[in-house]
Amino acid sequence: MASIADELAKKQKEISVSEFFERNRHILGFDSQIKSLIMGIKEAVDNSLDACEESGILPEITVMVEKVDKDEFRVTVEDNGPGIIKKAIPNVFGRLLYGSRFHAVRQSRGQQGIGISATVMYGQITTGKPAVVVSKTGSEDVAWRMEIMVNTKKNMPDVLKEDPFIWDGKEHGTKITYHMNGRYVGGKQSVMEYLKQTAIVNPHSRINFIDPEGKRTTFERATDKMPPATKEIKPHPSGLELGTLMNMSKDTKNKTLGKFLQLDFSRISDRLAKEICEKAGLSLEVNPAKLSLEEQKRLLAAIAAVKIMAPPTDCLSPIGSNLIKKGLRNVLDEVRPEFYAPPVTRDPKVHSGNPFLIEVGIVYGGGLQKDSQVQILRFANRVPLLYQQGACVVTKAIENTDWRRYGLEQRGGSGIPFGPAIILVHVASTKVPFTSEAKEAIANLPELQSEIELALKICGRSLKTHLNKRETKSKTRVKFEIVQEILPLIAQKSAKIVGKPIPKLSGSITKIMNVVWIDDSVSFEKKHHRVRVSIYNYTPQSQKFNLHMVLPPGSFDYKGLQFFPTEVRDDGKVSWELPKIASTERLDINFSLNGLNKEDYDENEIYASGINPVFIIGAEPLPGDWDVKGMEITESEEAPVDEEEDEEVDYDESKETLNDD
Amino acid sequence: MTDENKAVRSLTDIAQSIYDQIDSGRIPKMTLPLRTKSNIRFDPKHGVFKYGKATGARSAKKVNGALMLLRTMYVLEFIEDMIATSKSSTLREMYYISEGWEKAKFSSQDESNLLAEDLEIVTACMREDLKLRAEENGASIIGDITLSEMDRKGRLKKINCRDDVGDSGYGIPNNVEKEKVQLLSTNAKFVIAIETGGMFDRLVENGFDEKYNAVLVHLKGQPARSTRRIIKRLNEEMDLPVVVFTDGDPWSFRIFASVAYGAIKTAHISEFLATPTAEFIGITASDITNYKLPTDKLTDMDVRALHAELKDPRFADEYWRGEIETMLKLNKKAEQQALAKYGLDFVTDKYLPEKLTNMGVLR
Repeated sequence: MASIADELAKKQKEISVSEFFERNRHILGFDSQIKSLIMGIKEAVDNSLDACEESGILPEITVMVEKVDKDEFRVTVEDNGPGIIKKAIPNVFGRLLYGSRFHAVRQSRGQQGIGISATVMYGQITTGKPAVVVSKTGSEDVAWRMEIMVNTKKNMPDVLKEDPFIWDGKEHGTKITYHMNGRYVGGKQSVMEYLKQTAIVNPHSRINFIDPEGKRTTFERATDKMPPATKEIKPHPSGLELGTLMNMSKDTKNKTLGKFLQLDFSRISDRLAKEICEKAGLSLEVNPAKLSLEEQKRLLAAIAAVKIMAPPTDCLSPIGSNLIKKGLRNVLDEVRPEFYAPPVTRDPKVHSGNPFLIEVGIVYGGGLQKDSQVQILRFANRVPLLYQQGACVVTKAIENTDWRRYGLEQRGGSGIPFGPAIILVHVASTKVPFTSEAKEAIANLPELQSEIELALKICGRSLKTHLNKRETKSKTRVKFEIVQEILPLIAQKSAKIVGKPIPKLSGSITKIMNVVWIDDSVSFEKKHHRVRVSIYNYTPQSQKFNLHMVLPPGSFDYKGLQFFPTEVRDDGKVSWELPKIASTERLDINFSLNGLNKEDYDENEIYASGINPVFIIGAEPLPGDWDVKGMEITESEEAPVDEEEDEEVDYDESKETLNDD
Repeated sequence: MTDENKAVRSLTDIAQSIYDQIDSGRIPKMTLPLRTKSNIRFDPKHGVFKYGKATGARSAKKVNGALMLLRTMYVLEFIEDMIATSKSSTLREMYYISEGWEKAKFSSQDESNLLAEDLEIVTACMREDLKLRAEENGASIIGDITLSEMDRKGRLKKINCRDDVGDSGYGIPNNVEKEKVQLLSTNAKFVIAIETGGMFDRLVENGFDEKYNAVLVHLKGQPARSTRRIIKRLNEEMDLPVVVFTDGDPWSFRIFASVAYGAIKTAHISEFLATPTAEFIGITASDITNYKLPTDKLTDMDVRALHAELKDPRFADEYWRGEIETMLKLNKKAEQQALAKYGLDFVTDKYLPEKLTNMGVLR
């Protein structure tokens, strides 16, 4: 019997990490020709962006894909990052699981240090060719060119060749060129789409792409501001697992439990450490490395029982509402979307001790496809996710939201909605819980899903508000055409035929409309926003009421005003007490906003008070929390005048086809 | 009062009503009888179907209504101008003239045709009185009818529709009213109105008109007003019975209905256009089985048309219900010319004589 065990033992030998991945490359996402090409580029671009951000450089990345023969491509990715010192180059590109970020608790694109060396390895497996890496740091005069392969048996880099050279005109940066078997395609899952989406969530970077046909596309920078650098934090104790606790307590440099708790975790204060120890029945002075399993368990239970502040959030780098909008605009401008819902950035929350936050943006209408499912753009730490949409918590959250309420079509109120829309969801976290090493889908954690759903709902409500507004406006605009253009002509012609003076129109006009119609516009010229609000009183009575708007704080320009606002508050709330507007008269309010970028303001938010809301189209009733001072608010209670003898059949709409044949 | 004066007065009345409504601060509108299948009623006085009492409003409350009112004003002015200058125009010309009406421009000729009919209804004038002509014509007559037609130079021309015409027969002019066409004499015994040109030609070639003393009228599909009007006059003034010979499909049933009962579109003048005593000779649904005719399957549109006819008051009698339901059951239709299965002479030697004898038209 023992002999079988011996036989087996002989066969069991250590497999190196790289050997393992060589045999299981699908785990890293290199599972089809099309996908492999995208994955390789993604790994290289992720690294470049991370490196640039860590050193405060606005990234400029150039990706070039060339076709070598039927299956083989040469891929070059060049950045203007800080460069890599000569000694480190081989390990970064030729050794798996070697990286600077694996042990850090902070938001970054790459985490495990598998990606780029896996790309090099995959290229060498499929083409037999080494990768060529060129890098130069700012402090050195020479750049280094190296030909690198991964020694898969040892998981060590083999450097085939290394030469110093002068990199003309390049201050610092890194360029990698590798050969890989793949297939180049367009469409939803393509190199182009990946780079486009990358540009959306990284509006501070310029990305150039040269495709196999030599066509060059540039995604310009939408901002010159770097995202704030993310800080490294200690692990947060909530959601801590026993195994992790045991490892940490064994490895800690701190000799007492009190210090260990305070210094190796975030958000544990002196007082809290005491409380935890009391609850666990352990002394503050005990050596954490010597805790028994039983004591470790008690410690963990005590940590779970106390109230701990949420982790600090400066380790996270949200894109921010403004920049999401800028990024989307920058890339989507050609399809001329009708509406960008104000993007939502939620406050950070925690999943198993890891801070995360959710950002959502919705783009609607214009040239977007009408009859198909909405397009979902998923991002994790600013990296686009192109694959496994169905397995991702983002998709789950979208499917679980009733979009019919927000103006999109959705059969039965669940599933991916239909309509001319793009839904963008960004999950930022110190540890994004991916479903696999290929980092294609985010795992379905309840904390994540409910946060995403909340953000989707907030963004969805803005969409619905916009759609409602658009609908009432277009309905009214149609009536406006009647009273402004058609009715005067009818009056003119009929007067001519019967040989009488042109009759007064006001009676007919107010009966057709019977509303106060507010029409507004925003335009941007010569670095100023011009805002126009036109108020048409199409009711039979004269009207007097108050108008309110929410404007970006501090932007209101007092120059050249015809109607001075009654109040301009610091938070941007502006109110006018309007003069009396006679029946069928019009009043225009024009003003400018200064010091804003074009995309900072594009839709007016108008409220009215002192008038029965049913009479107003184009403004919402003033919410109760506005608390307007010094303004007399009179609630008029008169009901709108009944339209005369309605419910008559409309002659022009009752006709069936009148043909008898 | 002359017809022209009556027309001008009625047109001015429309403008006056719109003017008054605006002047008194109301939303201007016109009320018209609904021109729908469900609003046609049998008029026992004339024995035809006319519009019922249901009305609809064309109101400036909606854009379509407002635009139609504006167009109405333009058309009124246009017609009054024509009356004043003794001109007339075709409906198509009116459609093109509206190019210059800016906002009031018609978006299709259907729209301008419908408005012309609307005005006929409201003014109770025929479109000829409103100086509007259709360009529809070309339907023809062959048979022993002698009539006189006023030519372009104002001379009366006497024509015998059998002896004085070529193979294509006497062309029915646009206007067949008495001031233009007078029916003088006939030796014919009956009128047979034929849907298709192919069958009309077959009857002409086989000398059916002479052999059976028949007047052949080509309907050319759904017949124009003037074709229906002259059939009615042949029937009333010359006392000729009328039979209608069409394909055997749902659309042909409607052709018969517009000849005999009145068309939905022109129900306001059914008493001038429809011939209540006209009879349907075929192809009937039962002919399809009785004569074992070559057939086509009913299309979805055919089936829908048949179901619509079941709800059409003009077909609400036992005979038509039976025909429609039989056709639905067979799920088949047949063309007139399917009779050629039995030879080119079958229709004139056997089918029609048999049927006409059964109907008592031939003795």
